[in-house]
Amino acid sequence: MTRWLQDNMPKIVLAPSFIAVMVFVYGFIAWTAWVSLTRSRLLPRYEIDSFIQYERLAASPRFETAMTNLFIFGALFILISMVLGLLLAILLDQKIRTEGAIRTIYLYPMALSMIVTGTAWKWILNPELGIEVTVQGWGFSGFEFGWLVDPDKAIYTVVIAAIWQSSGFVMALFLAGLRSVDEEIIKAAQVDGIPTWRVYSAIIIPSMAPIFLSAFIVLAHLAIKSFDLVIALTGGGPGYATDLPATYMYAMAFSRGDIGQAASSAMVMMLVVFAIVVPYLYSELRTKDD
Amino acid sequence: MKSYVLSTASAIAVCAAGAAFADGHAEAEVLHYWTSGGEAKSVAVLQEEFAANGGTWTDMPVAGGGGDAAGTALRARVLSGNAPTAAQIKGPAIQEWFQEGVLADISSVAEANDWANLLPASIAAHMQCEGNWCAAPVNVHRVDWIWANTEILAANGIEMPTTWDEFNAAAETLQAAGIIPLAHGGQAWQDATVFETVVLGLGGAEFYQAALVDLDQEALTSDTMVAVFDQMRTMRGYVDPNFSGRDWNLATAMVMNGEAAFQIMGDWAKGEFLAAGKVPGVDFTCASTPGDGYLYNVDSFAMFAVEGDGKAAGQELLAELIMGPNFQEVFNMNKGSIPARTDVDLSGFDECAQISAADMASTNDGGTLMPSYAHGMALFGAQSGAITDVVTAHFNSDMSSADAVQMLSDAVANSQ
Repeated sequence: MTRWLQDNMPKIVLAPSFIAVMVFVYGFIAWTAWVSLTRSRLLPRYEIDSFIQYERLAASPRFETAMTNLFIFGALFILISMVLGLLLAILLDQKIRTEGAIRTIYLYPMALSMIVTGTAWKWILNPELGIEVTVQGWGFSGFEFGWLVDPDKAIYTVVIAAIWQSSGFVMALFLAGLRSVDEEIIKAAQVDGIPTWRVYSAIIIPSMAPIFLSAFIVLAHLAIKSFDLVIALTGGGPGYATDLPATYMYAMAFSRGDIGQAASSAMVMMLVVFAIVVPYLYSELRTKDD
Repeated sequence: MKSYVLSTASAIAVCAAGAAFADGHAEAEVLHYWTSGGEAKSVAVLQEEFAANGGTWTDMPVAGGGGDAAGTALRARVLSGNAPTAAQIKGPAIQEWFQEGVLADISSVAEANDWANLLPASIAAHMQCEGNWCAAPVNVHRVDWIWANTEILAANGIEMPTTWDEFNAAAETLQAAGIIPLAHGGQAWQDATVFETVVLGLGGAEFYQAALVDLDQEALTSDTMVAVFDQMRTMRGYVDPNFSGRDWNLATAMVMNGEAAFQIMGDWAKGEFLAAGKVPGVDFTCASTPGDGYLYNVDSFAMFAVEGDGKAAGQELLAELIMGPNFQEVFNMNKGSIPARTDVDLSGFDECAQISAADMASTNDGGTLMPSYAHGMALFGAQSGAITDVVTAHFNSDMSSADAVQMLSDAVANSQ
């Protein structure tokens, strides 16, 4: 008996969480996939009715805006956060005296909820309250900074706020990566008289490839899930200019009683996540096998 | 451990039995989203009356999202087979819930109290599900109001506009004088509110019915609709540059403190004026938006099919009280709306409410009493949402009216 327990203990301990994950993650994914093929409105229905919801999604200019926004937001957010994070990490890596304090300062935005970040930036960027009025108050009366209320530029304010929130975290990731590079190699390079920027570009950064991948995966899923930041910062407006797939899905499910649309847009979001995560898993698993 | 589980289980069983055998005692669980100060006070009136008639009221207020959160809570309750006795639902959503087969029939109360003759016909139609009464109306909000700062109008020699051309002329005068003509908040539902008043004003009630209630493609793509979008574009020039995302009550405050002259908003805006100690006719003027007709937004309680005599008794008592003259008067005086039943004495109401009631009666006779699409009275959520998307996209960009009309027609077709 004890022997049997010993052998099976790990399975028994893991079983509840395994079952919970099967039901609450994969089970509900399957349920959403099913509902996305029906004509569900206020309440879910279960008669399958071809791809009508996906056709409606494809014909919806609002969802098109949401997807375009996701790509603009995702690309800029990931790219700039990584570049800024790396730059900050390299600067912090110069063995400066107050590194601990500075690192904390840069990391702190991550401790705030996106709602707080969004609300604070809403006030900062509001033309009547924030930067525009302040700079005009300094005497530059021609100064204008109305991105928040400009439908063509509002999505970039979301990018700004998200970068402010996340680049400190990316910096911490990269800093750990920089520190993990073998000191001996760097010293050898310095003995050979190689300039510092070459040491970074040719030795340190290439050896941090896995960190880049991790940072990318973390940022990419943050971007796709982004919801609270948009709700707090712009509310999806002006008009629906800053809608993202997640806010679209929320509006359909909870404001409009159009569960079929919500389910199909959720499936599209999941496919976008898969498109990013599956190649990552594939490469990870393959290297393990080698 | 075992004994604990047992005792808990038996305790639950006892409670359940207690509830089941407490018959003859009216009880109601009421799900609503009246949680802000004035609204909570208004619903407390109903609660007290219910208790005074020997009922037990279980309050289930769900705040947030203008009813979205309450809708989510309701869906969860209904799906789990545990529907509340009554829930605050309005307009076509009542029919949507009826189609799901979960609503109760309260015809006995309605017929005993002669609701059919007490309510305007089009409002009564919302409360009936295939001929049976399934909901009770609480109030009537008028949506097509234009509020003005009386002092500014007098100082600039402007009368309340009775046509949209007069409105535009007044706005030009005000703009020249350095006053923001139209206080507006750039939220989708506010854009939609302005839009529907323009549709009613420029097209008339018949066109409104065809375009925004029947979703007639011919009306949606007509020249009148192009003219409506032209007027929206003109009005875009009358709002201040920082209107995006502003809440409606902040826009009302702009009219109150003289920054702006007009606001187009339902009569809940009156509550803001009154709360700030402003007097109708002296500090602010209310009038219907240019054009004939009346757009209503009626709050109501739909009754759900529940088991148990106690709950059924509670439901009937609740329905009777909601439509009772006393509650209709007290509640609506608190909330700024007017009673849904037409026989309530209005002498205690302010002059805006009296105008509203008189217009409701006359438009009911003239067939121009119309449901507000922007406030979920005319269409299902998916359809009104599709229209609002186009309206707000047009208002917040430089889209041409012709493109907007095309988009509107596509969006409506796609939402069915």
